[in-house]
Amino acid sequence: MSESDPAAPADTGYDEWADSLAEGGYFIECANGHGSLPPRRVCPECGSTDLAEEALPETGEVETFSEIHVAPSGFGEDPPYVTAVVNFGTVRVTGIVRGLSADEVAIGTAVRPDVERNDATGNRLVVFRSA
Amino acid sequence: MTGVRVAGVGLTPFGEHAGRTGRDLFAEAALAALDDAGVPGEDVEHLNYGNFMGALAERQGHQAPLMAEAAGLRCAGTRYEEACASAGVAVREAVRAVRSGENDVMLAGGMERMTNLSTAEVTESLAVAADELFEVRAGVTFPGAYALMARAYFDEYGGDREDLAHVAAKNHANAVNNEYAQYQREITVEQALDSPAVASPLHLFDACPITDGASALVLVSEEYAAEHDIEAPVAITGTGQGGDRAALQDRADMARTPAATDAAAEAYGDAGVASDEVDLAEVHDCFTIAEVMALEALDLFDSGEGIGAARRGDTTRDGDLPVNLSGGLKAKGHPVGATGGSQIAEMTRLLRGDHPNSDAVPDATVGLTHNAGGTVASAVVHVLEVAE
Ligand SMILES: [Zn+2]
Repeated sequence: MSESDPAAPADTGYDEWADSLAEGGYFIECANGHGSLPPRRVCPECGSTDLAEEALPETGEVETFSEIHVAPSGFGEDPPYVTAVVNFGTVRVTGIVRGLSADEVAIGTAVRPDVERNDATGNRLVVFRSA
Repeated sequence: MTGVRVAGVGLTPFGEHAGRTGRDLFAEAALAALDDAGVPGEDVEHLNYGNFMGALAERQGHQAPLMAEAAGLRCAGTRYEEACASAGVAVREAVRAVRSGENDVMLAGGMERMTNLSTAEVTESLAVAADELFEVRAGVTFPGAYALMARAYFDEYGGDREDLAHVAAKNHANAVNNEYAQYQREITVEQALDSPAVASPLHLFDACPITDGASALVLVSEEYAAEHDIEAPVAITGTGQGGDRAALQDRADMARTPAATDAAAEAYGDAGVASDEVDLAEVHDCFTIAEVMALEALDLFDSGEGIGAARRGDTTRDGDLPVNLSGGLKAKGHPVGATGGSQIAEMTRLLRGDHPNSDAVPDATVGLTHNAGGTVASAVVHVLEVAE
């Protein structure tokens, strides 16, 4: 699926956010301090529509992770690979861990976000690198 | 508000039905349910049908009218889709339709055809239940999502793979006598521990199989049962549904399933039943850790106590609270869109006394069913009671 594929679903909001991870990334914060990820018109926690983009902290901590041994067909990532949910304080982000084996990842491991391109699907791929 | 009785239940054997169509599977279950109920098909006023991945597996959307036709019904039908909780929702809405007085006779259940796909294709199809942008694209598979929850649970409450292996061994033991189960054979804790890793810390024997199958229930009002002399000793007295944020990353605590907690609270309140009155439960053990989290969400065990329940023997056949006497999704099988109906069919048989494992619970009067969608972004809980 290339970027010019007319059948590809629109990902406005998500694609811009994923691309921003190369420069540290951002999240959406409501007037009451709740964090979420785009696209958002309303805070899913409190319903506030007073939303602003805030920079993500430079690093986050692995909150949970799994070494995936069976991948979906056409996903374009050869298993095993490590997927983690990383806590950045007000938001958590899910992605694939680069540069660390499953044995080297633990709950609490500090990582920074980045973005790659999934060659098989053409989609952005959120990744984490050792901080 | 009128009471709702389970007049009849029908199941196909769960397993691999190579070469059979979904419509044929559902017809088999529906006809069995009507026969069990002694209710003529022309009395059915509406079909509530659960299905998740039919558009992918059989290239067949718009399945409800097709299934009504296959079952020989003249009524309209509606398809319900809530991932693995599709049939649970279909049953819940049928209960609500009867209670409202709008309908007296409903057919509810579901069907899924899965084994015609490769494992990689099933993995891809099931992943559709997760958040496409923030989870699927980040490499989270269905087993991977439960693995993320399992590690979060171990971190918060303790427990290990051996505790989970006891859940698998228990459910396999329960399936041995169940003629509808996909795996009618025992496994040992050691076999479960030694099975290959799928998504650490979960291994192959922590996961339910890939399954074809269908379930159907005939639900009737108490008035209809009395007028037509229908023998229907089991009533659905409580129903509840809960929802949560779709992506795990957006949940405050990945070791808990608040959608199930909310669904259970609603169902208990609806039935006027307390959690300590429950005699047995059928819970959604798509992965062994899911049974653990279900036990705690349903208030059957305190937080952190569910992990050891099978190992201690609390939830085994001889325990105080037998869980998944059918074999559960783990050993009976998990045809995704049929599972919620299958759980209620099995619970009805267990309470009526005509299930091969009814002898484990001879005096039981209150049963609980718990059906979850995805990583429990949706959950449906029902209370079943022996009414007469
Ligand atoms: Zn807010």
